[in-house]
Amino acid sequence: MSLIANILIDGVAYGMVLFMIAVGLSVTMGLMRVINLAHGGFALIGGALVHGLLTRAGLPYLLAVPLAVLGTMALAWPMERVLYRRIYRFGELQQVLATIGIAFLMIAGVNYLLGSSLLSIPVPEAMQGAVDLGFRKVSMHRIVVIVAGLAMVACLYLLLDRTRFGMRLRAAVDNRDTAAMLGINTGAIYAATFCLGAGLAALGGILGAELLPIEAYYPLRYMVLFLMVVAVGGLGSITGSFLAALGLGLVDTASRYLVPDFGTIFFFACVIAILAARPAGLMGRA
Amino acid sequence: MQDAPIPATAPRPRSGGLRVPLLAEALLLALAVAAYFLFPYNLGFLTRILIMMIFVLSLDLVLGFAGITTLGQAAMYGAGAYAAGLFAIHVWADPVAGLVVGAAAGAAVALVSGLVLMRAHGLTLLMLSIAVAQVLQEVANKARDITGGADGLRGIRMEPVLGIWDFDFVGQTGFWYALAVLALVFVALRLVTGSPFGLSLRGIHESPARMAAIGTPVYWRLVAAYALGGGIAGVAGALAAQITMLVSLEVFSFALSAEALIMLILGGTGRLYGAVIGTAIFMAVHHTAAAADPFNWLFVIGGLVLAVIFFVPTGLLGLPTALVRLFRGSRNGRP
Repeated sequence: MSLIANILIDGVAYGMVLFMIAVGLSVTMGLMRVINLAHGGFALIGGALVHGLLTRAGLPYLLAVPLAVLGTMALAWPMERVLYRRIYRFGELQQVLATIGIAFLMIAGVNYLLGSSLLSIPVPEAMQGAVDLGFRKVSMHRIVVIVAGLAMVACLYLLLDRTRFGMRLRAAVDNRDTAAMLGINTGAIYAATFCLGAGLAALGGILGAELLPIEAYYPLRYMVLFLMVVAVGGLGSITGSFLAALGLGLVDTASRYLVPDFGTIFFFACVIAILAARPAGLMGRA
Repeated sequence: MQDAPIPATAPRPRSGGLRVPLLAEALLLALAVAAYFLFPYNLGFLTRILIMMIFVLSLDLVLGFAGITTLGQAAMYGAGAYAAGLFAIHVWADPVAGLVVGAAAGAAVALVSGLVLMRAHGLTLLMLSIAVAQVLQEVANKARDITGGADGLRGIRMEPVLGIWDFDFVGQTGFWYALAVLALVFVALRLVTGSPFGLSLRGIHESPARMAAIGTPVYWRLVAAYALGGGIAGVAGALAAQITMLVSLEVFSFALSAEALIMLILGGTGRLYGAVIGTAIFMAVHHTAAAADPFNWLFVIGGLVLAVIFFVPTGLLGLPTALVRLFRGSRNGRP
């Protein structure tokens, strides 16, 4: 019983982290049709910023995290305007290569400024320790991650389903030429979505630092994981990313607990099986 | 470079592979021989470049000609390396027999995985190809009794090549052996890509729907191309295992697939020379940058990759065409 509870809690928390990082990737890939291998770099930049703000500037956690997320978005904006806008028009392979190049530069930048060691993100005392939920104790950190993830899902739902921006974004994902013809400023939508995705990735990177430790080679190390979530979920689908992140988080955690020797094999076998059955992903359009 | 007259975007199908009687090939071969005498103390590195060229050539067939976007070519390289290593240890240490075994292993992995992979496209295909390599890596990691796990497969002792040339400490035999295999692979690929089979792959790359309409079994052609490319990648892996006498888990790594892709696009896809030149340039730059600054060489690689993509999108072999366009005044206008 306790094993199942452990798997559920850890798996859901892991899934939430994956969701936060991957959802921006999924939306930008669905919208701009760009295979962005540098997306994990934004999680790295967020983590590196928060590390600097906490350990060097000595800011309180609750101030440092929003600042780091905003800082990442502020860095993402000029990158979108200068680099990514040109990359949208490239072919698939050129996109893969260009974004790998960007990821290399991000890694080299963090490596140059902060070194290649693990970047610690000390969490405040309120987030350490465990909480007694009556039937069992749960790590406070996991609860924060799960709550933040759920809040993010709710916010994204409201943003996309209830606002004018969301409507334009969905229109642009469905058919960007028609959307542009109807007077929607797709360039602005691209930039806003890209920054939003980068900010979410930064938040996911910061909150998930206990599960996926922040270090210079982060973008390459976890790139495959994030892309798997997007591919399994289906490009451009937020529901898909959520289901895929949750599912893969649970599968990964469960296989680590139950068959530790074959965890990775089991995980990738699941991914292969899903993608073989549904090449467009769970919620993707064929 | 020698290949400049061929238009970068729409390569002309050649009538038969040997129209120009191997002029460019002879030049490249001469360069390799010159490198042997210019850098006698770097034979190990030169041999690594030659092996990598074979690997990137296999990727060129799969990706440049057949248009299969893959980031998992290392799966076949690793299969070839482990197969050749195990074969040498347990069965027969003859190098050429080992190459055949490596090729068979690479082709078998590609054939089996290709049956699933060739049904997918785009991102899904990329992910599936990565997943296959990762699964194999994990299998090799867990099968510690057979593969040595994370310690690597040790104890490979090769017999002399063709029973004549013994592998020496400096790596002279290794160099000539790798160069000979590279030359054979190159000529074989030249013949294959000039054959009706190769042309049909090009057609599929351009438009699968039209090729299906004129009666080409698109799916099976792709599977065949993937298996053939896998066999060549297996040869490269087997060669690496025989010459370095060690197989580590890195042979399946994602980084290997990604680097091969960078080298190929750097040189230019779909022209074979691109694979050779891109590999030489990438590995030389990588080697020099990593030696000059072991911590920040990624800046150089990242910058190089972006510069090529933005300024010479067709690869370095497209450089002459791009320069001509630049001087004529019509700047590389993208549509």
